[in-house]
Amino acid sequence: MPEVDPVVQQVVARHGGDPSHLLQILIEVQEVFGYLPAPSLTAVARELAVPRSRVEGVAGFYSFLYPAPIGRYRILFSDNITDQMLGSRALLEALCRKLWVEPGKPSEDGLVSIDTTSCTGLCDQGPAVLVNGRAITRLDYRRVNEIAELVRKAVPLDRWPAAFFQIEDNVRRRDALLGPTFQPGSALAAALKLGPAGWLEQMRLSGLRGRGGAGFTTHVKWKSCRDAAGPDKVVVCNADEGEPGTFKDRVLLASHAERVFEGMALAAYATGARTGLVYLRGEYRFLLEPLRALLDRMRGDGLLGRSILGEKGFDFDIDIHLGAGAYVCGEETALLESLEGKRGTPRIRPPFPVTRGYLGRPTVVNNVETLAKTTLISLGGGAAFAATGTAQSTGTKLLSISGDCALPGIYEYPFGVTIERVLEDCGAGDAQLVQVGGASGVTIAGYEFQRRIAFEDVPTAGAFMVFDSGRDPFDIARNFVHFFAHESCGFCTPCRVGTALLKGYMDKLALGRGAKVDLADIEWVDRLLRNASHCGLGSSAANPVVDTLIKFRPSYERRLKSLEFEPAFDLDAALADARRITGRDDPAAHLDGGRGR
Amino acid sequence: MTKQFLFDGQPVEFEDGQTILEAARAAGHYIPHLCWHPDFPPHGSCKLCIVKAGGRHVSSCALPAREGMEVESNTPEMNAERRALLQMLFVEGNHFCPSCEKSGNCQLQALAYELEMATARFNHFFPDRPVDASHPDVLLDFNRCIFCELCVRASRDVDGKSVFALTDRGIHKHLVVNAESGRLGDTDFSVDDRAANICPVGVILRKRVGFALPIGSRKYDGAAISVVAMKEGE
Repeated sequence: MPEVDPVVQQVVARHGGDPSHLLQILIEVQEVFGYLPAPSLTAVARELAVPRSRVEGVAGFYSFLYPAPIGRYRILFSDNITDQMLGSRALLEALCRKLWVEPGKPSEDGLVSIDTTSCTGLCDQGPAVLVNGRAITRLDYRRVNEIAELVRKAVPLDRWPAAFFQIEDNVRRRDALLGPTFQPGSALAAALKLGPAGWLEQMRLSGLRGRGGAGFTTHVKWKSCRDAAGPDKVVVCNADEGEPGTFKDRVLLASHAERVFEGMALAAYATGARTGLVYLRGEYRFLLEPLRALLDRMRGDGLLGRSILGEKGFDFDIDIHLGAGAYVCGEETALLESLEGKRGTPRIRPPFPVTRGYLGRPTVVNNVETLAKTTLISLGGGAAFAATGTAQSTGTKLLSISGDCALPGIYEYPFGVTIERVLEDCGAGDAQLVQVGGASGVTIAGYEFQRRIAFEDVPTAGAFMVFDSGRDPFDIARNFVHFFAHESCGFCTPCRVGTALLKGYMDKLALGRGAKVDLADIEWVDRLLRNASHCGLGSSAANPVVDTLIKFRPSYERRLKSLEFEPAFDLDAALADARRITGRDDPAAHLDGGRGR
Repeated sequence: MTKQFLFDGQPVEFEDGQTILEAARAAGHYIPHLCWHPDFPPHGSCKLCIVKAGGRHVSSCALPAREGMEVESNTPEMNAERRALLQMLFVEGNHFCPSCEKSGNCQLQALAYELEMATARFNHFFPDRPVDASHPDVLLDFNRCIFCELCVRASRDVDGKSVFALTDRGIHKHLVVNAESGRLGDTDFSVDDRAANICPVGVILRKRVGFALPIGSRKYDGAAISVVAMKEGE
């Protein structure tokens, strides 16, 4: 192993000794050592002149940072329900057997560790694994055998078969965004002709709403940021696509990134921002080099940097930060904390990011798809954009479709499309239920398939997971509950404890040990999660359970040992010793007044 | 003209920038809280101070009061939810009040009495949290930590030492100290630090003064926390 201090000094110097780059620094230090040895945290703290406790706090927060030794090959199986349905758990066990390791424990020789991780965004080509951060798709037993062999022989990852790492776009339906070819620079040129105010007016006319799930009107966000006090404004692209079952941003970044980056420049033009940041989830590490290369090309073409397209004073550039395995960082204020090199804990709002965001500067945070869509508005005008979709949900929406269907992949539809129509198109003939919007979304039962994908009916960030009649709704909800318990940041009491409690109840039910009182407790915990949580993660963590309890209650009830209350022990019998000692056996010495005898 | 909102049906005056909790306290209304402290900015993690404002649940410690707002706080509904939050805090740690040195001086215990928490309701987690007795003057018993981060904030913002921080996440979140060894004795922590004297529960304890004041004569033994907190301004 190389010496700690020189490595750390080099990495810290590369980041200009900037403490706000702490997360990026830790990621890069770990790339050298395979994990983060305790002395490396001390060295990072010293070089950045920050307390070591802060460094340790950050290192412990992110799933992909390892403060304890881990295998030289770190194999993480995507554990989304769709991966499980494709047999991921059996494949994990097979690989563990082949390599003589237990899940979650590094092998004794330190060669390999095998574990699970939250959805890696490859649901349409799963089961998927990450090996040292690189994604491998379409796992089967043959591939598992090959991986075991490669690991045993310690073949470097770069020499593994290229086919392993092949990732498909699987675009199945193209509409306004995915259909036409895009001429880089054309959208910016069109907006420059309008001027910042004219361009913002087109955004207003378009009615574009955020594609990340919350559906906030984009032009209002931009306008608030433009009007906020503070000179150095920031545009952030939220590419932390962590919602289980969502992978449309991966496809946009893989094949349409010039639209996304140009969308960021369009946001900068409207708001006056000069700094652009992309927060790319760690699972999409494989996109980092291609995206950086594209940024370089755009700088060369005058689409980024100083005086963009020759417009004096229009200076804007983009940097990319990596996430490290934390779903909560998709929440915009947690994302900002993470961008600042901190633990990804959601902030108190207000103030909102548009007034006090990244490093206290006015900041626009937009989803990848939202930014890509702005190029359409610039090219075709706001009114034309608003002509498709519904009145409250204009334009089109990308759906990431996976699960029990013949043709999983990306589908672009105008908003307002019925779930029924989508199911027909993707070849799902036997759908029992659809989970729209991912783990935090809505469970749609068969009798609701007439409902529409739109903010005013069934909103979604893009996940659309299909489950056929052979699937058990309880198992689906339980998978999501495990996901939320794993991803809770732990900041607030209801989410930190509530998600862990919920996991315990669902596991108890899964073992067939539940009683009706457990269902009542589940509903009570759900209520606390919804009402008292600090952010959307906690308040939506209850959704899958609440929905399936209402719509598929028999799936829970058949797991109960008894429909009535089942105490663990007989309280009255436990008092027998006391009765013997006191020499009493009269009715008043019994809990039920002696009636039960 | 001064601005007002309704707190449990009673008019409460406030100044711009005041939070619901601050304004309510200034008007003599107690709202339960654990992570809030008058000397520090709102933190908003314990959620004991949740109230309903205009029908929506909000953290009263963090939300600025607004003219005409209708706030529900001391209602059966809100107190039931607060009680459940307390139960969550009790089961996630190891809280054995009868053997705890902080008994009678502990805000968690006092609030459990205040809100009539008779049982823990949920299954206990029984986490394994070894104590740290390495410091000459102070004992750390992590079993009782409720993650209010008051010690973290006090050490960072008042003492300028950052002796404490939280690491890991979710239910595995825990307190660590500013030393590669992980031992408090290897930090520059002092018994006179603000952080040494701010823990609302029994994590940070002075050595050699245990039970100096007998149980029965302690802070919350004679009066409820809702009374003590308002009288002593905390």
